[in-house]
Amino acid sequence: MPRNLRRWGPPLLLISPSLILLGVFVYGLLAINAKTSMTDMHTAAQTTGRKPTSFVWLTNYGDLLTSPDFQHSLRNLVIYTVVFLGGTMLFGFLWAWLLDRPVRFEGVFRSIYLFPMAVSFVASGVVWRWLLNSNQGENASGLNRLFQMVGLDFLQNNWWNNVNYGIAAIAIPAIWQLSGYVMALFLAGFRGVPEELREAAKMDGSTTWQMYRHVIFPQLSPVALSAVIIVGHMSLKAFDLIMSISKPANYQTKVPAIDMYVFKSSFNYADAAAVGVILLVIVAVLVIPYLVHLNRTEKNA
Amino acid sequence: MTAATESLTKPIKAAPIGGGGNAGRDRFSWGRGLKYLALLFFLLIVLIPVYVLIVTSFKGTGDASPVRAWNLPLSWTMDNWKEAWTSLSPAIWRTVQMVVPAALISSLLGSMNGFVLARWRFKGADIVFTLILFGMFIPYQAVMIPLLKLMQSAHIPNGIPSLIILHVIYGLPITTLIFRNYYMSIPNELIEAARVDGAGMLRTYASVVLPISIPSFVVVLIWQFTSAWNDFLFAVFFSSSQNGPVTLALNNLANGALLQNYGVSMAGALLASLPTLLVYALLGKYFIGGLMSGSVKG
Repeated sequence: MPRNLRRWGPPLLLISPSLILLGVFVYGLLAINAKTSMTDMHTAAQTTGRKPTSFVWLTNYGDLLTSPDFQHSLRNLVIYTVVFLGGTMLFGFLWAWLLDRPVRFEGVFRSIYLFPMAVSFVASGVVWRWLLNSNQGENASGLNRLFQMVGLDFLQNNWWNNVNYGIAAIAIPAIWQLSGYVMALFLAGFRGVPEELREAAKMDGSTTWQMYRHVIFPQLSPVALSAVIIVGHMSLKAFDLIMSISKPANYQTKVPAIDMYVFKSSFNYADAAAVGVILLVIVAVLVIPYLVHLNRTEKNA
Repeated sequence: MTAATESLTKPIKAAPIGGGGNAGRDRFSWGRGLKYLALLFFLLIVLIPVYVLIVTSFKGTGDASPVRAWNLPLSWTMDNWKEAWTSLSPAIWRTVQMVVPAALISSLLGSMNGFVLARWRFKGADIVFTLILFGMFIPYQAVMIPLLKLMQSAHIPNGIPSLIILHVIYGLPITTLIFRNYYMSIPNELIEAARVDGAGMLRTYASVVLPISIPSFVVVLIWQFTSAWNDFLFAVFFSSSQNGPVTLALNNLANGALLQNYGVSMAGALLASLPTLLVYALLGKYFIGGLMSGSVKG
């Protein structure tokens, strides 16, 4: 017994505070939240316990998923994610590729492409709200005015005030902030390809393009996967930018995380909890296979 | 992680340009020219919002006309900055009080976890690690409602005290990840030598491992500092503009008034971003280190 204690005691002592905290604050609360989502706690009186709540199984989920209002949020989430992911992957990859071979002032380019990552969504929301001003013609300011100045008037549009695709405009600042991050990931991927492989391709007489296409790009797929997972899960939680640019009451740009906040603000805890669970399921579908895959590759390594 | 970080922070040696005739060299320089043009073009695009922020923050009310939107100020004024500072400075100070303890505590706990998970190969260690990691990915919306109730029933006051606790706890997955990856890379002999000297696990940790963890601590502290400073979600749910951090105060400053004063809000946005931008400018190398380890790569 004392020998066991000496072996198990110290590591347990170090790690158990965190395990208990995460056990309670992650897994415990996830369970309680799931339970709340299956009750009829839709009013303030019920949240404080002045009125009783009862168990309604999956009713809230059924109501949410069939309501046009929430379907609109899910549709927005899909559009936002596609634009945000597509944009960051495109620019991140392109910038990394441009910087792959030695370039003068590489450090300057890299730091400036990456710096928006250090700024909060709320702060960048302030300037992007101005840039994405929907006024056009004489009253145009922001990007619409810039388009006029450089003769691209036809590009003027009403950005996030567009009824059907307004949410795509919110993805623009998100792309601005995260493309540098994806660039950093890809750049590490490019630099991780051994120099010998490039040399070998050149010896074989391949052109630069062939070398990239057949030797380097295939090596980047693990990096691309990490980037998709990280940007993808950030995109599914989209909240800050919308709160700061178009505000939660805006129908065009609402997503599930915004719905959750609005439900909570009106003391509709059951629906708020249900939206939380729906988000969790969407994220889990994306992330769990990835974590399992990582676990496996690490073991094989 | 370290290799990736190094490759980003150290400029790589210029590869010798292959020989060839004049034609080859000509084509090469054309390509180079285009490449620089593209790089510069993207640089300008990325800097557009910075131009707007700086210029607008120095504009007075006479500059309000949309025709002058992209022009330099008619006369440069500090009024916006003064007003933004008056309304944000209490929140900035509160954010400092929140971020410092949150970053310190979660780093220390993360280092302890990382050490145990990297060095103590018990059955199921990988499962425990994966379960911890998953905490990094969950949408916090899925714990928020019971979390509100829990903090209330524990009588933890709204505002900074609540937020410190939340940033510590929900920061644990990433801090554990970064330290674990670092400790996996330190040579076994170092630990063994301490054990031969008769040091137990705790003494090995305190006297051998902690001192060589300083670089990782810098990475983790910067990461935690930045994410807590920029957090808005927990701030909205657990504080108000009277007792909350600067992101919340800034959002109120920018969206609170009936008629939006862009000069003041842009000065405010710059003020609120200065600390993290300063860290990025001065300690960029470590900032990138944190980003890379955020990619969960071993």
